[in-house]
Amino acid sequence: MNLQSQTAAQKRSFEVLVINDRCKECGLCIELCPPKVLDRLDNYNNFGYRPTYIKDEAGCIGCKICEYACPEFAIFVRKVDKK
Amino acid sequence: MEELVHPLERYLRSEKLPHMWCPGCGIGTVVQAFLRAVDELKIEQDKIVVVSGIGCTGRIPQYVKFDGAHVLHGRAIPVALGVKLARPDLKVVVFGGDGDLASIGGNHLIHAARRNADLTVIMVNNFIYGLTGGQVAPTTPKEVVTYTSPYSPDSKPVDAVKLVSAAGASFVARWSTAYPVLLKESIKKAFNHRGFSFIEVISQCPELFGRINGFKSTYDLYQKIKRIGIIRRGISPYEAKYDWNTEISLGEFVNFDAPSYYDQLKEIIERARGEGK
Amino acid sequence: MSDGKLVFTHGNGAIVEGAISAGCRFYAGYPITPSSEIAEEMSNRLPKVGGIYVQGEDELASINMIVGASMAGAKAMTATSGPGFSLMQEGLGLAIATETPVVIVDMMRAGPSTGIASKAWQGDIMQARFGSHSDYEIISIYPWSVQEAFDLTVESFNLAERYMTPVVLLGDAILARMRERLHIKAPDEMNIILRKKPGESSENYLPYKRDQFLVPAIASFGEGFFVLKDSLTHNEKGYYYEKPEVQEKYVKGINEKIEKNARDIEKWDAVLTEDAEVVIVAAGTMARVAYSMIMEARKKNRKWGLFRPITIWPFPEDQLKNATKNARYIIVIEMSTGKLVYPVKWSINENARVRLVSWLNYEAPSPEELERLCEKEMNG
Repeated sequence: MNLQSQTAAQKRSFEVLVINDRCKECGLCIELCPPKVLDRLDNYNNFGYRPTYIKDEAGCIGCKICEYACPEFAIFVRKVDKK
Repeated sequence: MEELVHPLERYLRSEKLPHMWCPGCGIGTVVQAFLRAVDELKIEQDKIVVVSGIGCTGRIPQYVKFDGAHVLHGRAIPVALGVKLARPDLKVVVFGGDGDLASIGGNHLIHAARRNADLTVIMVNNFIYGLTGGQVAPTTPKEVVTYTSPYSPDSKPVDAVKLVSAAGASFVARWSTAYPVLLKESIKKAFNHRGFSFIEVISQCPELFGRINGFKSTYDLYQKIKRIGIIRRGISPYEAKYDWNTEISLGEFVNFDAPSYYDQLKEIIERARGEGK
Repeated sequence: MSDGKLVFTHGNGAIVEGAISAGCRFYAGYPITPSSEIAEEMSNRLPKVGGIYVQGEDELASINMIVGASMAGAKAMTATSGPGFSLMQEGLGLAIATETPVVIVDMMRAGPSTGIASKAWQGDIMQARFGSHSDYEIISIYPWSVQEAFDLTVESFNLAERYMTPVVLLGDAILARMRERLHIKAPDEMNIILRKKPGESSENYLPYKRDQFLVPAIASFGEGFFVLKDSLTHNEKGYYYEKPEVQEKYVKGINEKIEKNARDIEKWDAVLTEDAEVVIVAAGTMARVAYSMIMEARKKNRKWGLFRPITIWPFPEDQLKNATKNARYIIVIEMSTGKLVYPVKWSINENARVRLVSWLNYEAPSPEELERLCEKEMNG
């Protein structure tokens, strides 16, 4: 991990976790995310879909709109334990 | 890589996921709201029974870790009522689509409402018969097409909220998949309501309804549903709108307290036993 | 009432007594002649013993309600007649598929369609076996007296619980309303069977795994097993899979469960058949007349006998073969265009011996009238 992403990781308050094989690329989480920190990966999961990933970790505001909207139980948000 | 466990995982039959619903289908969102409601109310997992009919919504019991029954088309309500009356200590929830509950199952819906049957009925309305490939439903608006209504439907759609209210239901609400938190709160209220509770959920069917009507993506159809779903407070079910062009009213329309069906049967048993053998 | 008593009642009343004695505490039904008295008596009696009576909005609600109640562990019953039985076929299929014990009474009446509501007929014998779609086996029982109506109702519940299956209890409009003495057995005079309970709940619980009798120990709802009861084709876990091997195992399991236990299930009565040259085959009310007829024939030194299937399904094939091995004629007598004659023909190799007397009158014949018709069949 380089210095830039280390700082980004320290800045983030929330982490967004994606169970890749459950994602069906419906795009709701990406479209509905207010700070627009989600995007689609380029590679495919085992079912042929490109899952969501968080492209700007520090930008997540923890609103959980992605988690609540997801029909697949594929994405959820956790508060980061800042030690 | 740590193993990712969804906060609601304990309520899922994980070995069956990913589920069979299309990408973007709203049913999964409804299931999530339901599971959150169960979790927040801390209802014991082995005290819930989910009963469903046939259709995409009918597949719900296959994915949730409760006692469940996936029964015949339109007949979830009588099966659920039988379960509840045999085990009144259990919480029985019915899931069905608009075709399953308002078409073939319409008679049972009406009488369950009339009886104030001790059930929570959640009807996912995506304006179409999904599982069979996209045919017209009694809830389909006149302005759209389906695979059996290429010239648009021959009749007006039914507004289930009005139908169920007129049958005497004591708790009637309508939400959409665009408001999962409000839906969850409404489900919690329904669980604590005495007798019959009915919640209609407007939901997107992107692959069939969306595609045949020119919606380019899930989000496109989702935006339409969000736009026409207007939350109203303090209006009667008969003032609620069900208009594809302007508004489908969301909110809680009926909520009154009355003896449930089981309350009345219990009273009959007491009276019969009191009168002597 | 149910403590070892002698009463005078009709067939419908005897069925109610039998059900309550067997532990039935849930009834959902729809009024239909000639079974309505069952609903009426149940609505009266069940609350007194802490049971629940529901008048369904239709027969579809009724059959599905009793399946639901049984899924949650209750002994449940409904009663109907031909038109209602037709409506219940899909629900019966649900009970078959999910292996849920229920008792369905069909008080047969003249048909087809609405027919004549209050008049007897024996036309639903095939429907009891094949009324619902696709492949299944069923248990169907046909009492011939008020006492048998009581005893066989208890037996119906026992068989339903024992084999996790619906049981169709047949009757007709004559049995429904005829009055005879009934001995309501005391609890210690009867053997009541309850469905097998699964052991400990666990992640590995397989609700549809069959024991050595091919019967699964399926948990009821609310016992902590998170059991899924699915009308779709399912495996031992109860899960739907679109796979040929799942379909095959599922269909085989449901059918062999009854087929392989047929010897234990079947009931019949053979009267004076050992040396009989003419064996009459009849069931239910027609068998009452046939019985009088063969007794009269014996008085005239004619070697006539009666074979009465009590379980119509599974049909006691081997027992019939045995009872008719010396017979020259096997005459099937029924109040219909001919239904029972088919399993008889299927059981007997030389069909030339099998004749049919089809009595198309809803008033039962006299033994003499019946004898004349049998003679005609043999001589004509």
